[in-house]
Amino acid sequence: MTPDLILFFGLAIVAIASAIGLLLSKNAVYAALNLILNFTAVAIFYLLLNAPFIAVTQVAVYAGAIMVLFLFVIMLLGAERLEASADLPWQRPLAFILGGILIVEAVYLVIFRYSAGAMGVQPAGGALPPGFGSAEMLGDLLFSAYLLPFEVISILLLAAMIGAIVLTVKGGLRRSLHKK
Amino acid sequence: MLPVQYYTGLSIILFIIGALGVLVRRNAIVIFMSVELMLNSANLAFVAFSRSYQAMNGQVFVFFVMAVAAAEVAVGLALIVAIFHTKHNINIDQLNNMQG
Repeated sequence: MTPDLILFFGLAIVAIASAIGLLLSKNAVYAALNLILNFTAVAIFYLLLNAPFIAVTQVAVYAGAIMVLFLFVIMLLGAERLEASADLPWQRPLAFILGGILIVEAVYLVIFRYSAGAMGVQPAGGALPPGFGSAEMLGDLLFSAYLLPFEVISILLLAAMIGAIVLTVKGGLRRSLHKK
Repeated sequence: MLPVQYYTGLSIILFIIGALGVLVRRNAIVIFMSVELMLNSANLAFVAFSRSYQAMNGQVFVFFVMAVAAAEVAVGLALIVAIFHTKHNINIDQLNNMQG
């Protein structure tokens, strides 16, 4: 067992256990905390995969900003215990059965059917180009080959910001504009 | 680096747990969190293949996915707050008519 393998399986256990904790916890706050643990484990996977900038972004944006927003809304609404009994009793076992079938099929296909050669993936290893995964290289790519998507993302974020404001204005936007 | 199949296998498992969360849970906020889990598992596959092919494009896509996820969460949580103000409930079994 190489250190990489030990690290991978330890982190994989943490990630899967916290995801199952999200699935099963009755309290929405515990679900959010489980998800933060999952995001942090995935961030360490990114470090293993030579993506330090993405790892830091993962912690700052996902585990930081997005999950703080979730926890804020949960506590604002007092919505942590709103799980009523299901109206459709057959839905839950059916979902678990279908999910189990899907997981067996997908893992079988990826691990056994499509080996590295069949997927066209060159064998792992070999020297990485210097600076791989650094903020410099990512920024270089963002502002050259992916400049148009980058600008579109900025418009999308602006639209989302305006949409969030419009949706949460008390009594509807039109009424509050007429009042002024 | 470990074989990329390890990472895709883990990514699939996380994705399916997220999909199960969407199917099983009735709390709208927890459903949103499950969607985040699915997006995150896709990101893991992107980064693993980016490392495997030694190309940075996968990491750029992860960057875009994060931005879209942030936008989605902002609008989605605003929707949930608006729904809660009118219905005082975010159980999706009870949100079955379109009138506000």
